Amino acid sequence: MDFLNALADPAIPFLRYALLTGIVASLAFGIIGTYVVARRITYIAGAISHCVLAGIGAGLYCQKALGIDWFGPLTGAIVTALIAALIIGLVSLHANQREDTVIGALWSIGMATGLLFIAKTPGYVEPMSYLFGNILLISQADLWLVLALDTVVAGTALLFYHQLLAVCFDEEYARLRGIRTDLFYLLLLCLTALTVVLLVRVVGIVMVIALLTLPAAVAGSFARGLWQMMVLATLCSMLFISSGLAVSYSYDLPSGPTIIVVAGLAYLLVLAGKRLLHRRTGQPKGIA
Amino acid sequence: MTAPVPVVTIRGLDFAYNGSPILRNVNLEIAARDSLCIVGPNGGGKTTLLKLILGLLQPTRGEIRVLGERPEKASLRVGYVPQYAHYDPLFPVTVLDVVLMGRLDRLAIGPYTRQDREAARAALAEMGLADLERRLFAEISGGQRQRTLIARALAASGELLLLDEPTANIDAAAEEHLFEVLKKLNQRLTVMLVTHDVGFASKFFKSIACVNREVVIHPTSELTGELIRNMYGGDIRMIRHDHRCAEGGHCSHGLP
Ligand SMILES: Nc1ncnc2c1ncn2[C@@H]1O[C@H](COP(=O)(O)OP(=O)(O)O)[C@@H](O)[C@H]1O
Ligand SMILES: [Mg+2]
Repeated sequence: MDFLNALADPAIPFLRYALLTGIVASLAFGIIGTYVVARRITYIAGAISHCVLAGIGAGLYCQKALGIDWFGPLTGAIVTALIAALIIGLVSLHANQREDTVIGALWSIGMATGLLFIAKTPGYVEPMSYLFGNILLISQADLWLVLALDTVVAGTALLFYHQLLAVCFDEEYARLRGIRTDLFYLLLLCLTALTVVLLVRVVGIVMVIALLTLPAAVAGSFARGLWQMMVLATLCSMLFISSGLAVSYSYDLPSGPTIIVVAGLAYLLVLAGKRLLHRRTGQPKGIA
Repeated sequence: MTAPVPVVTIRGLDFAYNGSPILRNVNLEIAARDSLCIVGPNGGGKTTLLKLILGLLQPTRGEIRVLGERPEKASLRVGYVPQYAHYDPLFPVTVLDVVLMGRLDRLAIGPYTRQDREAARAALAEMGLADLERRLFAEISGGQRQRTLIARALAASGELLLLDEPTANIDAAAEEHLFEVLKKLNQRLTVMLVTHDVGFASKFFKSIACVNREVVIHPTSELTGELIRNMYGGDIRMIRHDHRCAEGGHCSHGLP
């Protein structure tokens, strides 16, 4: 196959980096995506991802206009994602109301700030690759960073699996059993923020939500419990990213949108398949 | 020997939600291995009273002692079965994982110990759910879910068990079974249960608390149709689902 040959071709290492990044990062996507879908906080992930543009813009501006080399787009993205997660978390923990207003405001303010920074950054910056992603731009150095973020996110989420599960399922009861539920909720949002940064690298800001939730939604149709859903979501994410990459390489299509369309089609197929099965047996299977 | 510490002591308690009073001048003392049934109209403050005992809410005035401690400190020694309502019907969690939540306070990091798993399985078995542990919480019946939540409270192995309307979603047979189980549990722990079903209540509970802004306690033997009418503000139809009630004669409520 064309794609397999290209992967082996030493002249185009970026394709290998892209595939490797996608497969490694899928672990974080699957685990955090499952929490996000189960706890129904997709819209929070969406707001965080749009805030990331502010960080990317600030990073570009600092590097190119101010000459601060150590504060680049990636550092900016991580910092703003974490700040956005903490703001949203504290508002939903303490204000009770108007959470959706704050989320909506952050969503567009983050975007606007990013575009302003980019406009004032000397030289031409192409915002498209941040908005719609380009996994093929990933270098070997990026790959190490992706690996590090992935380890932090997946490791933390697995070590505190039962605490996070309880906080998502029944916050009040978890609190009665002595769990610091507010801290764990903030932890979950911060892990989501780091995952969003990884996702932005793969499919771009605009399509983060799709790659975060579609694998988990497909997995939720078959999984018997949260743990299984995480494993299945990770496998689905790996499958969507690698087949999306293959299709985009073979037909010369942009990688981000191709991956998302593959994921979307798989989700629709699963929904349709479940409908048919349900009609034939009258037995609902799994959830979501 | 000194007199045993009461399980719950409440003195001169007032509670208000953002200024609107819900409970007024509550005084209550519950002894060890007592069984108290809490009745009263919807919105009367029954759930609020339980949440105060759990330390989830703070009284506006007055004092609460649970097992001799402040409620927040005692809450690890209290089993709680919340009012069946606020669960996401699609949440992907297994029955065993729900019950294991009762052991969360013993968990530091990573997986539960074998001891915790055994305690959870024992609690499931006690509620007659041993073969359901791998099923999804979302897939089992309402009555089974209710029993799962009770098993979770049992897995926490407290000395006081609070149940908020555990009979609201289950049929008569399941309810009968639940009271059998509670009767057994009551031999080793104190039980407080919210229900609308005064008929069953009079059969099992030692005392009954009527909660409607104020809290009044009666021994179950004093329960009369007049009293029931009073605590529901005269609307006796609210407790019509007493299965042992004679045709049309729903004021007697299976009393001795
Ligand atoms: N979180 C809340 N904020 C404001 N008022 C509340 C809240 N929860 C309950 N209430 C009010 O407190 C009163 C008592 O509620 P509750 O204790 O749940 O009643 P019950 O359990 O007896 O049906 C009701 O009038 C209800 O509207
Ligand atoms: Mg209630």
